[in-house]
Amino acid sequence: MRTIRFLLEKEFRQIFRNKAILLLIIIMPVMQLIILPLAANYEVKNINLSVVDHDHSSYSQKLISKVTASGYFKLTGYNASFKEGMKLIEADKADLILEIPHGFERNLVRENHQQLFIVVNAINGVKANLGGAYLGSIIRDFNNDIRLQLLPVSKFSGAAVIEISSSNLFNPLMKYKFFMVPGILAILVTMIGGFLSALNIVKEKEFGTIEQINVSPIRKHHFILGKLIPFWVLGNVVFTLGLLVSWLIYGIESLGNLLVLYLFASVFLLAILGFGLLISTFCDTQQQAMFIMFFFMMIFILMGGLFTSIDSMPDWAKIVSRFNPVSYLIEVMRMVILKGSGLRDILPQLGTVGVFAIVLNAWAVWNYKKRN
Amino acid sequence: MLILFGMPVIQILIFGFALTNEVKNSEIIVMDQAKDQASQQIISRIAASRYFDIQSSVMNKKQMEAAFKKGKIKMAIVFPAGFNEALLHQRKAQIQILADASDPNTASMLTNYVSSIIQDYQNSIDKAAAVPYLIVPEVRMLYNPQLKGAHNFVPGVMALVLMLVCVMMTAISIVKEKETGTMEILLVSPFSPLLVILSKAVPYLFLSLINVASILLLSVYVLDLPVNGSVALLFVESTLFIITCLSLGIFISVKTDSQQMAMLISLMGMFLPTVLFSGFMFPIENMPYPLQLVSNLVPAKWFYLIVKSIMIKGLGFSAIWKETLILGGITLGLLVVSLKSFKIRLA
Amino acid sequence: MEYVIKTDRLTKRFGDFTATNEITFEVEKGEIFGFLGANGAGKTTAMRMLCGLSIPSSGTATVAGFDVYKQTEEIKRNIGYMSQRFSLYEDLTVQENIRFFGGIYGLSNREIKTKSEDLLEQLELKNEAKKLVASLPLGWKQKLSFSVAVLHQPKIVFLDEPTGGVDPVTRRQFWDLIYEVSAKGITIFVTTHYMDEAEYCNRISIMVDGKIEALDTPANLKSQFKASSMDQVFYHLARGAKCSD
Repeated sequence: MRTIRFLLEKEFRQIFRNKAILLLIIIMPVMQLIILPLAANYEVKNINLSVVDHDHSSYSQKLISKVTASGYFKLTGYNASFKEGMKLIEADKADLILEIPHGFERNLVRENHQQLFIVVNAINGVKANLGGAYLGSIIRDFNNDIRLQLLPVSKFSGAAVIEISSSNLFNPLMKYKFFMVPGILAILVTMIGGFLSALNIVKEKEFGTIEQINVSPIRKHHFILGKLIPFWVLGNVVFTLGLLVSWLIYGIESLGNLLVLYLFASVFLLAILGFGLLISTFCDTQQQAMFIMFFFMMIFILMGGLFTSIDSMPDWAKIVSRFNPVSYLIEVMRMVILKGSGLRDILPQLGTVGVFAIVLNAWAVWNYKKRN
Repeated sequence: MLILFGMPVIQILIFGFALTNEVKNSEIIVMDQAKDQASQQIISRIAASRYFDIQSSVMNKKQMEAAFKKGKIKMAIVFPAGFNEALLHQRKAQIQILADASDPNTASMLTNYVSSIIQDYQNSIDKAAAVPYLIVPEVRMLYNPQLKGAHNFVPGVMALVLMLVCVMMTAISIVKEKETGTMEILLVSPFSPLLVILSKAVPYLFLSLINVASILLLSVYVLDLPVNGSVALLFVESTLFIITCLSLGIFISVKTDSQQMAMLISLMGMFLPTVLFSGFMFPIENMPYPLQLVSNLVPAKWFYLIVKSIMIKGLGFSAIWKETLILGGITLGLLVVSLKSFKIRLA
Repeated sequence: MEYVIKTDRLTKRFGDFTATNEITFEVEKGEIFGFLGANGAGKTTAMRMLCGLSIPSSGTATVAGFDVYKQTEEIKRNIGYMSQRFSLYEDLTVQENIRFFGGIYGLSNREIKTKSEDLLEQLELKNEAKKLVASLPLGWKQKLSFSVAVLHQPKIVFLDEPTGGVDPVTRRQFWDLIYEVSAKGITIFVTTHYMDEAEYCNRISIMVDGKIEALDTPANLKSQFKASSMDQVFYHLARGAKCSD
């Protein structure tokens, strides 16, 4: 037990002595947390539209003004030919082309039926989908308007109308930041915990001081604990700073109990630090450790459910994400902060991450050999 | 060293298949208080759609709230009692949609999907009335007709992986020499400092080109991505981008003294910003203007545009000369500053 | 005669390369035992096995009465160690290093305090106590490393090429320290490839290609090989060596 005290003294002294790294660890996450959520926004607005109007009728004018009035679209081209419209798409200056055929108004009234042509740049599937959906509903609205104009009201009363009342829970203003900020904080904490712990033991290996440890009577689990605790403390500090920033800058207050959040974050940190330490025991150079950690981090982060939804992943990927501690952290942070979920609600996630923590740390202790 | 080759490849495979912006299989519940013909028909249409995964139906509000809090459902649809009746006789009925907007994107997409399913149903029961004056939009999807996520993500992940690997490995390998003191030995040798540094970076150039080749092969044969434009042009541009990243790595190595520092800056400092500002996750035009300007500084953003243009749109050099020039400019700038800083340190 | 180190055909193989080949020897309590040989002869490998840093491939050995296969933790409690790659933390001060190593070997706070003061006094490092080890010249680092290694009064202290890279005067000062410690009853096991240091030892062994080719007092070896210096003795033995500088 005393040994751990000396180990901790040494580790903390070393951490605090390295002022540059300490500053980086504190400042980088804070800055990223302040700036990045501003950039993370899936809202689809300002879709660039090119209109190719072969009709130039009052109907086409009405339609165009209806589209631009919707606020979703920005008219970036009013082109004479489809070819010109395509040029805009190729240059990424337009996302969609709406082509109104020649004789649109006249033929709609006469033949009861007309077509409109929409061409969508579908590289970004979401944008394409939503853009298409918005345009589709605007056209439907426009269609209804026309119909009402052309038909007497009584005849139209045959059609039934289903009214949809939709409400948005937990985030009524649909603020994207509420969604991104906890997630980004989760990622920052993960990165710090993971990378620093992965490098730590390897650094001692590279510098040779690990031999002195190996030749001393220090027990393996004391040694690992001595490495685990300082970074655990650091991780919690960064997490707290992050919460402060979220509150001060974004006005995000946790709906749920902060203690529940801290409990989960603490256990999560143990898991991710354990992972870093485990990797540390396998590598001989800092380069190796960094690269392996980078590989796993990329997977954890990109598949963690922050940027894309886990539900939409193929089954094998879903199984992989069950082993991804970060996906649990992101999920729980959102649940507690935004939905006010309580301890009982997050027990399954807490349990899983707890198991990770125990397994990874135990494996790290077992894998660390004082002699080879 | 196998790691260096294998990893980007594995990553592209994983991300190409797993990442998509589409919303599918979302877990929802339906509260059918009507249990009549109309509600059942709509519900079966919803169940048939691949966007939704209906969980067990629930009867009261409390259970529903609990389900949301437990994160088990993303949306709840409520059909009030007497739905069909209202539709037939009063010509007006209501459906309530409750979406978990803690994920606004998914919420709005799901709401949209349900709305269109309901709209379609409306149109179908109106068939008898043979809705007059019907405007039918015909939609054609360009470049990515199946709306596959890979088309958007693979170029982005390619840019991200190349960037991080090159920057990190170069920065760290140079700094390692500084840390262990072997840098001095190299500098005392007859080679100019520039050559010393370049010699550290060049192996990663070749390594990365091999990675690009394997990524492309995988994308085409396993992920079904097209390479509509010139492969040669793609390689040339990739080389340019790799050199840009290596220059960034050199720049970082000149400014830092320890491997840990280099790693913190190149990985932690650049991972999230590259993901966000390159434009493949989030559209740049949605960002506040100052951030849009910042994104211009991120080399990955330009490369992502270039790759999309060549691979997926099939365009030629004339379309991307501007982006190429910018990448070249960034590279030159970084190298010049690095060299200056390096010389100052030596003096 | 109390033997603190006993080995019997101790061997270490790495794949099909045999680094240490069936070495058998004994070290008496209180001796200064020199373990000589060229670089690559197998000295460090042998030492690492005795310290519990490496598992032998075959053969037996006991250190301070404990078996090197099964009782390495007990061995570690009773030995001190100073490696080639200076084992102090460069980013901690002199005092902090002393405190750390004293603590992990189980010294009480008071013991650490008194021993620390004595050590600093003896090495004349009182003014450097609060300086980072990285800022010390090499010779001082070596002396400090050694003193820290014996801080907890171990039965045996293992020194792996402790005097590399310093001038002869500093090397002589280092050996003065060794004598002082030896006088307190601590057995010294030192490897080196400086043949003149052999003269400072009670007995030495010379390893060539993983085997012990000679084991005796320096005086006896010189007369046995009719040499006037240990350098010559070594040259005589190691001429045909396969593994050397």
